[in-house]
Amino acid sequence: MSDESTVQRITNPKALKAPNAVLVTVASSLAAVLIALAIAGVLLAVTGYNPFEAYSKMLDAGLEKDKLLEALSRATPLMIAAVAVAIGFKMNLFNIGVEGQFLMGMFFAAIVGAYVDLPPVLHVTLLLVVAMTAGAAWAGIAAVLKVKKGVNEVIATIMLNAIALSVIDWLFQSKFRYEGESLDVKTKPLPESAWMPDMFDGRLTSFIFISLFVVLVFWLVVYKSKFGFRLRASGANAVAARTAGISSNRMIVTAMLMSGAVAGLAGLPYLLGESHAYGPSRPDGYGFNGIAVALLGRNHPAGIVVSAILWGFLDAVQGPLQIAKIPQSIVLVIKAIILLTVVIVNEVVGRRVAKRTADRTAAQLALPTAVAA
Amino acid sequence: MATDTLAVQLSGIEKRFPGVIANHDVNLNVRAGTIHAIVGENGAGKSTLMKTLYGMHQPEAGTITVFGAPHVFKSPSDAIAAGIGMVHQHFMLADNLTVLENIVLGSEPAARGVVQYDEARRRLEAIMDQSGTHVDLDAPVSELGVGQRQRVEILKVLFRGAKVLILDEPTAVLVPQEVDELFSNLHRLVTDGATIIFISHKLDEVLTVSDDITVIRAGTTVAEVKPDAVTRSKLAELMVGSELPSPHGRTSEVGTTIRLSIDGLTLAGPGEKHVLDEVSFEIREGEVLGIAGVEGNGQFELCEAIIGLAKPMSGHITIDGTDVTHASPHERLIGGLSYIPFDRHREGLLLSAPLWENTLLGRDADEQFQKGPFIDAAAAKADSRSIIERFDVRTPSETVPAYALSGGNQQKLLVGRELSSHPRVLIAAHPTRGVDIGAQAAIWEKLRAARDAGLAVLLISADLEELIGLSDRILVMFDGRINARLTPAEATPELLGTYMTGGVQEVAS
Ligand SMILES: Nc1ncnc2c1ncn2[C@@H]1O[C@H](COP(=O)(O)OP(=O)(O)OP(=O)(O)O)[C@@H](O)[C@H]1O
Ligand SMILES: [Mg+2]
Repeated sequence: MSDESTVQRITNPKALKAPNAVLVTVASSLAAVLIALAIAGVLLAVTGYNPFEAYSKMLDAGLEKDKLLEALSRATPLMIAAVAVAIGFKMNLFNIGVEGQFLMGMFFAAIVGAYVDLPPVLHVTLLLVVAMTAGAAWAGIAAVLKVKKGVNEVIATIMLNAIALSVIDWLFQSKFRYEGESLDVKTKPLPESAWMPDMFDGRLTSFIFISLFVVLVFWLVVYKSKFGFRLRASGANAVAARTAGISSNRMIVTAMLMSGAVAGLAGLPYLLGESHAYGPSRPDGYGFNGIAVALLGRNHPAGIVVSAILWGFLDAVQGPLQIAKIPQSIVLVIKAIILLTVVIVNEVVGRRVAKRTADRTAAQLALPTAVAA
Repeated sequence: MATDTLAVQLSGIEKRFPGVIANHDVNLNVRAGTIHAIVGENGAGKSTLMKTLYGMHQPEAGTITVFGAPHVFKSPSDAIAAGIGMVHQHFMLADNLTVLENIVLGSEPAARGVVQYDEARRRLEAIMDQSGTHVDLDAPVSELGVGQRQRVEILKVLFRGAKVLILDEPTAVLVPQEVDELFSNLHRLVTDGATIIFISHKLDEVLTVSDDITVIRAGTTVAEVKPDAVTRSKLAELMVGSELPSPHGRTSEVGTTIRLSIDGLTLAGPGEKHVLDEVSFEIREGEVLGIAGVEGNGQFELCEAIIGLAKPMSGHITIDGTDVTHASPHERLIGGLSYIPFDRHREGLLLSAPLWENTLLGRDADEQFQKGPFIDAAAAKADSRSIIERFDVRTPSETVPAYALSGGNQQKLLVGRELSSHPRVLIAAHPTRGVDIGAQAAIWEKLRAARDAGLAVLLISADLEELIGLSDRILVMFDGRINARLTPAEATPELLGTYMTGGVQEVAS
């Protein structure tokens, strides 16, 4: 049945191996960042600032050990938040609710942690579990709404974010305000057994190892395991997956619970490493920055780590910029432009690569001549 | 009416994809007012060529001339403006919209931003009357069978004012009556001045309805012939470059063990009527039970019920002696059930995933793919390569995404996957839908071999030759019921046609 000439025209895959996909992705993401910097530079120049000064300030800062440590510190929760978002993406679910889920995780860990007494490692482990459970439970509401009532998860999670804030505020104000000797209003402080140790004189939390571990587990579970394959299959084509015996409702619930559990951890670097209590001066924006980092890193573990560090770095240089009297909001602009350019550059590069491969193939093949009719 | 004016002229078309030259030096001349057939093996480049003509992608070289004027189509809207319309091999309708909304989508007649549905409806009714293609404009597309979906696609194209209609394998999914109806409508359109280009693997119909035939082989046009100047086998030879194997009868016996038993299966429908009404049959080891019927008479629901995606109101399903009426799809699949679904894009494939993940889908629990807690990707790829080779899937490698395969090659991959799970019961819905005659013969051979080894097959097919040639017994489904039971010997196309449209079987013996 096989036709000689057809076989001949379909080329040897080895000779044709497309340019290394990872390399292309890295190169195009880098290009996107450079383009974004250029555009932001023009914006700076137009508004009357010297872009070269701004960038050299950023670069100087970037070469300082302190700033690098700060970048890593800031990247620590972002990696976790981005993994939470990426788990959702892989299942075609848009979890906008990381913000609410991480606050829930953080708040309940603060409460439980303050009222139990355990040896150091156990104490931290317990709080990790508590935070994951709280995050998962909160995300689970959205999952149940979607599976049982067909409520879109985007809408559900946005609402749940708002509700999480009110619930936490109410619980905090009415039940868990702790009047200690300090003037800050906070929950009862965690005992030292629940603290994560600092490294480099308090400039980097050891929680970063937990973050990296989360990324590793994400990679193994989503990209390497049978469960992850089913999750991705269900995200890619729910009907085909169902036909192959994969229950999409179960996948929706599992993915959402996993995403929420991971999200629940995002507030812990701050809680266990820095504040040791929950208070109104809580961190915010992890959820939304997590979406950005996941997008920039294309939901890939390595991409997420690199993007989180880049994001952390951009946050870290805001200080030096301010000192140099350059508006810090330029950092926000750069972040936004990076996201846009990444999307565009990836699209363009994807097409170019396809075209180049095709041209190379054509050149390699001896073209059979058309048989005259 | 047929003239010597060329409606479409493609010359020197070249189109490449990564790893594949899909079209090379293709020349196509379509006379205005004719029905022009394009034939060729799976992956020969037919769809690619038509997508070029419809502006879906740009060729690397070559020219497109429509009614004497050269054109460069940057997008389908350019092609539509030049009077070209296309109905794709895989339909592209929005399930949750009504027929009217689907047809109007993208070319809404609007007054100050408000869509004028009434005007659209009037125009469409005129088009329906003129072309003889009728469909309920207010029905949601999700409730339509393939035949009706196709009519929607054709109306959509006519609504946009197409003079040249491209139909990519329009008959692959239709039963003979529907095919006749389609062609009589097409003839009507041609009489009214339209030009039709259609792709088909069914050479008999190509020979009867077309005015001209162009043969594409390995990406290039190899011949243009008149239907009265060739025979079926000559045409096949031009396509494949060699003779076809002839099918042989069965050498084994139907066994005695009952593999699949359906007993009084009833399934509620969206309205009052049941989509399945008291359906009962048994399939034994080594037996092929064929189901004939116009699509939309309960076959799809029957399959969904058997694999466990639809919950029956009453009745029982037994696989290999175990009652699975309440088992999950997963349990049934593990229990030796396999399914070649109706619509490979919707139910069968992960289009953006590589082939090896596609061949793994549904089989990932298999021992051979486990490596500790992880999937053994190397084993899965090796297995995928073996399926690609055994089922002659034309592709550069198992790592290309499934969308890069031609329709027929996707089908071969799917059949390969389902047969590779070594099922005891196989539900095969249109197993050779869209594959060329050579590949069809090969798939039939594979099915026969599996049957001889004891596989029980429920075969659903619109192709009566396939149905009569493979089945040991044939049931006809109409309106959710089994309304005739026949042996292949007594099943003539005429008789089947009568039952498929609701004719009642005389109670013999
Ligand atoms: N988007 C794509 N990317 C890469 N390769 C592609 C793409 N589309 C088609 N091809 C390749 O181009 C060749 C021609 O495909 P095409 O779909 O035109 O075949 P066909 O003649 O329509 O076959 P069939 O009868 O199976 O539908 C095939 O080898 C196919 O794998
Ligand atoms: Mg095709």
